[in-house]
Amino acid sequence: MIEGLNRPFSVVVAVAAGILWTGAAGAQTAPDELDYSEYAIEASLTGEDGAVASGREIFADRSRGNCVACHVNSEMPEADFQGNVGPSIDGVGDRWQPEQLRAIVSDAKKIFGDQTIMPAFYSLDVGINVREDLKGKTILTAQEVEDVVAYLSTLKEEQ
Amino acid sequence: MRTPGILAAAALALAMGATSLVFAEPADEELVIDGEIEMQTRVEAAEDHPFDEVISGWHYRTEETRALEADSFANPGMLYVEEGEEIWNTVEGSQGKSCASCHDDAAESMAGVGASYPKWNEEAGKPFNIELQINACREQNMGAEPYKFDAPQQKALTTFIKHQSLGEPVDIDLEAGEMQSWWDRGEDLYYTRTGQLDLACATCHEGYNGQYIRADHLSQGNANGFPTYRLKQANMVSLHNRFRGCIRDTRAEFPDAFSDELMALEVYVTWRGEGLSVETPAVRQ
Repeated sequence: MIEGLNRPFSVVVAVAAGILWTGAAGAQTAPDELDYSEYAIEASLTGEDGAVASGREIFADRSRGNCVACHVNSEMPEADFQGNVGPSIDGVGDRWQPEQLRAIVSDAKKIFGDQTIMPAFYSLDVGINVREDLKGKTILTAQEVEDVVAYLSTLKEEQ
Repeated sequence: MRTPGILAAAALALAMGATSLVFAEPADEELVIDGEIEMQTRVEAAEDHPFDEVISGWHYRTEETRALEADSFANPGMLYVEEGEEIWNTVEGSQGKSCASCHDDAAESMAGVGASYPKWNEEAGKPFNIELQINACREQNMGAEPYKFDAPQQKALTTFIKHQSLGEPVDIDLEAGEMQSWWDRGEDLYYTRTGQLDLACATCHEGYNGQYIRADHLSQGNANGFPTYRLKQANMVSLHNRFRGCIRDTRAEFPDAFSDELMALEVYVTWRGEGLSVETPAVRQ
């Protein structure tokens, strides 16, 4: 299951209070603490580097990122049925800095506007009637966001 | 295509430095069932409609799936039409009646009826779809138990009744009773984002129809083919089942079938597909 589903109640309280999350993985920046004013998030959400291999798994995993549902990714030809609702992910590491990718993955609406179809993977500002067991939870954990950002940053076409 | 979603997509493409967006256009073909019944599957939209052209989901399916619907011997949904015909003629309940006892030959009495639903029901003070009308008939006239949601008999009989309007253009009466306020509520719901994935009906079916989300080729989400035979489920799927499935997929709690929310949504979504032929039983992925 998704790691984020197991967060203790105290963490949810911490979010409401707008202070640092202190989950099992160590200090995390809470979703509502993120500063999007520069269209980029400078610091790692966990203070740790992301893991590329894990990010690649999350990208394809239907129950976590499921990024391939909407994005073509030719680095991952084994993933079936790559969608085209979003732009191709090829070369995304050339077009965006990791800090920008972190902001886009966390909450794309802050970058592309409210109308974008892209879900916010690290935000609690989502739709109404969220499924009971997912209330107060983000789609990805802070570390999973970092892992995806690390993976995306490797997707470069320009040498 | 003049929706905010498409503008956002274009902005996104520009922002991402993409040179072109790949649009998988709906198939440019005509649906003629059994070489006889010419179906309206692309019609000009009314002036106040969000689209310029209303397009049946048939155009968004593969060649094989489209062929299944064009041939009533190959269409698996026709088995349910036959089953529905049997139910139509079967006596049930304390009053010793079948549907046919009052309505005789459905080919005559039900011709065009399915194309005009949902319809205002004064007694209930809300719109009725075919399923609710069947249940009201069973309780009030037959002395029979109402069908539970998605009971096989409910799906078969609804499919049979709607099939009597095959080829007729969808045309509902929004002037009757309080239909307009239900339409308004349905419109609100259509544009309301739900769930952890934060998606509204409009996000996908208005902003991105023609595109692929994983293996799903997004259509305009019209209701003219329901109940529809879904190959994925190898079964008939009712409209409210599909509504609930879509809302569930946004990771949201979803309303009960035939609840006021989903009846309002049915009124609105059916209106969006006005002019398209009733295709029941349509065949979809």
